[in-house]
Amino acid sequence: MIRKNIATNEFGFVFNPSTGDSYSSNPIAAEVIRMMKENIAMADIRKSLFEKYDVEKTILEKDLDDFILILKENNLLAV
Amino acid sequence: MSEQSTLVIAVTGLNAIDSPGPGVAVIRAIRDGLKRPVRIIGLSYESLEPGIYMDGICDKVYQVPYPAAGSDVLFNRLVYIHEKEKLDLVIPNFDAELFSFIKIAPRLKQLGINSFLPSFEMFDARDKLNLYAFGQKHGLLVPKDRIIYNTDDLMQICEDLSYPVVVKGKFYDAVVASTLEQAHKAFYKLSAKWGLPIIIQQHISGTEVNIAALGDGEGSAISIIPMRKMYITDKGKAWAGITIEDESLLDLARKFISATKWRGGFEVEIMMTAENELYIMEINPRFPAWIYLSAGAGQNQPATLVKMAIGEKVEPFKDYDIGKLFIRYSWDLITDVSSFQQISAFGEM
Repeated sequence: MIRKNIATNEFGFVFNPSTGDSYSSNPIAAEVIRMMKENIAMADIRKSLFEKYDVEKTILEKDLDDFILILKENNLLAV
Repeated sequence: MSEQSTLVIAVTGLNAIDSPGPGVAVIRAIRDGLKRPVRIIGLSYESLEPGIYMDGICDKVYQVPYPAAGSDVLFNRLVYIHEKEKLDLVIPNFDAELFSFIKIAPRLKQLGINSFLPSFEMFDARDKLNLYAFGQKHGLLVPKDRIIYNTDDLMQICEDLSYPVVVKGKFYDAVVASTLEQAHKAFYKLSAKWGLPIIIQQHISGTEVNIAALGDGEGSAISIIPMRKMYITDKGKAWAGITIEDESLLDLARKFISATKWRGGFEVEIMMTAENELYIMEINPRFPAWIYLSAGAGQNQPATLVKMAIGEKVEPFKDYDIGKLFIRYSWDLITDVSSFQQISAFGEM
């Protein structure tokens, strides 16, 4: 789950107030972060993206896993 | 002193240069945050300190003797300034001058000049030369170090601490040395500039975070603002920074204040490792040059220090704005040679 104090905006700007790091995310990444902040379960996020975008399920799952790893590496996920 | 009387405050550290003194930032914060008339008396050491000439900073500037001249010479100069200006308060902002100011503080108080400074005991505890022992005593992480007066044992010390090591001057400056030759060179360079001893310190990698804080002298923290450096100059100074939220940093500052009963402003320089360990690299016994950020973040430390110094009761701050940035900039100030002449020739302007 994403850290509660992470600040985001509609343009994909992400700010980690614990470290002062900031990031730019693309629109889909921003959408994923928004859903995570709303405490939507990963399975539902996956389903929502699959319904919305023209993408193969395996690619979507791989990209989503990669993205979660990036969030983790950047200390954006709650321990 | 009535509520609306003008408060006359003397401030040092007007050298707003690439390695800036805190004076200009302290004055800005006081002017912003103290809801009463103030008259700021700048105390300068050199004729080209930008704060002397900046509009809206000092109402009057006097040159003061370098710390090497001794505390009596400083005291006599302040007596002269006091006779003219009727000072209420003095805020020194340089490490090197603090010893003298602490020493003459009781005599200044007798003249009616307040200050809000740590005791010699507090001042010594955080000295670079004593910091490792202080950390050991209070359970705070401080990089290992050795104090040296010559280079006889330099090779062995560097090997013990393992390369790279940080070679540090007594008051200011630090050089990262990756070889014995570099360590030798840094030793001679820094000892020529700042004198002996020299500190050889274990090198810690990580993210640089600083804390500006204000202690009440009784063990309580009145204000704590943590700042992550975002842009660092070649002299290691923060040129941009952002306030961050991290309870462990606040705890560290509280622990230091509680252990020392620190009185006044100070800055803790921290290296946060990848494992989230907080190593104290240095503790500076005065406000940092970026202290105006404390005003921007909602905890105006200089203005609060003024209130405490004149005996007002203040409550500890609870919240601050997270994600507030400061970005320093350079600016070419134009002035006439007559101003330079005035301060150079007469020592006041």
